[in-house]
Amino acid sequence: MSSAVYARIRSNPKFDELVRRRGRFAWFLSAIVFIVFFGFVLGVAFAPDLLAQRPFTGSNITIGICAGLFQFIVFWLLTLAYVRRANGEFDALNKEIVDAAAKEVQ
Amino acid sequence: MMRIAIFSRLAMLATSVLSASAFAGDAISQTAKQPINLTAIGMFMLFVLLTLGITYWAASRTKTTADFYTAGGGITGFQNGLAIAGDYMSAATLLGLTAMMYTRGVDAYIYMIAFFVGWPVILFLMAERLRNLGKFTFADITSYRLNQGKVRTMAAVSSLMVVCFYLVAQMVGAGQLIKLLFGLDYGIALVVVGALMMVYVTFGGMVATTWVQIIKACLLLTGGTIVVLLALSQFGFSFETLTTRAMSLHKLGDKLLAPGSLLSDPVTAISLGLGLMFGTAGLPHILMRFFTVTDAKEARKSVLYASGIVAYFFNVVALMGLAAVIIVGQNPEFFEGGDIAGSIIGGGNMVAMHLAKAVGGDMLLGFLSAVAFATILAVVSGLALAGASAIAHDIYSRVIMKGTASEEAELRMSKFATIGLGIVAVLLGLAFEKMNVAFMVALAFGVAASANFPVLILSMYWKGLTTRGAIAGGYAGLFSAVTLVVLSKSVWVTVFGYDEPIFPYTQPALFSMPLAFLVTFVVSSMDSSEAAAAERAAFEDQYVRAQTGVGAAAASAH
Repeated sequence: MSSAVYARIRSNPKFDELVRRRGRFAWFLSAIVFIVFFGFVLGVAFAPDLLAQRPFTGSNITIGICAGLFQFIVFWLLTLAYVRRANGEFDALNKEIVDAAAKEVQ
Repeated sequence: MMRIAIFSRLAMLATSVLSASAFAGDAISQTAKQPINLTAIGMFMLFVLLTLGITYWAASRTKTTADFYTAGGGITGFQNGLAIAGDYMSAATLLGLTAMMYTRGVDAYIYMIAFFVGWPVILFLMAERLRNLGKFTFADITSYRLNQGKVRTMAAVSSLMVVCFYLVAQMVGAGQLIKLLFGLDYGIALVVVGALMMVYVTFGGMVATTWVQIIKACLLLTGGTIVVLLALSQFGFSFETLTTRAMSLHKLGDKLLAPGSLLSDPVTAISLGLGLMFGTAGLPHILMRFFTVTDAKEARKSVLYASGIVAYFFNVVALMGLAAVIIVGQNPEFFEGGDIAGSIIGGGNMVAMHLAKAVGGDMLLGFLSAVAFATILAVVSGLALAGASAIAHDIYSRVIMKGTASEEAELRMSKFATIGLGIVAVLLGLAFEKMNVAFMVALAFGVAASANFPVLILSMYWKGLTTRGAIAGGYAGLFSAVTLVVLSKSVWVTVFGYDEPIFPYTQPALFSMPLAFLVTFVVSSMDSSEAAAAERAAFEDQYVRAQTGVGAAAASAH
């Protein structure tokens, strides 16, 4: 692929929009994962008694188990959210940009 | 006072619990040979016949290097998701983590989360760029705008080290397992694994390897699900009944469902989290899977499916471990001399197998044994393919022949490389038979997180990266990771027999990974050579391609 095509895509304001929107979404989701996971790890290290508590009367489930299951489910839902938005909205925008660059060449 | 408390907790690192148990999930210890198990061998033979049939079919579709390394880029997101999950769930996941849950309760569950959490991050920050920039190996990406010879050589060297460390752990595990599950000799097991792996990879390339992974992942999911459903049916599918009885019987009592000693110290815990998260993102056989799909869309979908499958399976394993506390832990049949206070027949790793026998009889035990062996075979094949691509594509074709090698020559070289790696794997497996190889997995993840990952992520994200910086940082990460593991308890004390480790932790990533980033950053920033300026200028085009996929390697027509 020639440098000229790349330069043309680069100069399209929609490219900046794509990169900004997708990048912001990706880093936002990553930040959630980092904060929740390392927060949980620090909770395990510093407040194990809190995680050992049983929030529901009559149930053996501890806060630690809830937090673990919560992460498995929520982190997977975050991947679902990213894939849906990236494969839909962002890829549509991407296609627009690439098509525009291809048209200019002709 | 608070600070003192924190420091004293940090100081406790020296006696870190992590060192002993962190990678227990990936090591299979010495085992005693059991009587020959014909059901298991029969079921395994069925798996071998099926996969050899697929290899025969795949061989007719493996004509070019693109077919060999990446199945022509024609794998769908769902297939690749299953295959990635297959690559990631080793026999040690099934056996080691069930055993860990059985003995340590919820601590094992926390450990599983650390194993899982790398996947979302790989998706958000890496998956689409990997697919858009890569062709056959991740060195294609790191050397995209840098000096081909130097950067590729480094990436190939660290890839091969990761592959070899991981292979040793898998081969030794295979030999030990087969003694237990099939009642065959250690050496025979190694030769069987080595020979089958060579056949799959040399004839069927990535097509066969992918299907072996997919079949194995399905078998593993089926086996685990059947065992856990049968086990839970004994408790009326009630989590309360299960946990109440488990806590009343387990020596941890109430503590079974509370965090215990495994991650009690924060630096160790964070080190483990970082090492697993970014180590996963630097494993060459996992990275290679991103190049097998059609485009970035499918690459993203593969992570969605893979992470869903891995999350599901970890929860199945956790429930298996809890159920085993009651079903296996109270049954004298599974203990040496029939004493339930004594040790489990075959060692801790057999908990999952005993559970299968208790809930489903010899048929289910045979099935799960065959699945465990198939799992090792599949993981080893994926590793061999990644190693062969580093030798044939990176070192032979790009560095030695400087891109002038014909496609036939490169393909031939990759097949020789596979056979060579198979022989090396068997020999290493024999050499390390009597050794505790837990440290091999620490080494593999350490090198992946410290040498592969920093250079790879910076090459995609940081314009300022130069060849000198990448080389200095990559080798700094590589040598520091290896040195720290050698000086840690698992090698210095366990292998060399010294009293005290020089480096108090087993996971080097917390120290070697930042070092690699720092060295890369400093050396790149100070690099004022002409080549460096050209490399920085080339980032723009690479950046557009990474974001849009324009110019990315397309799927070959079939």
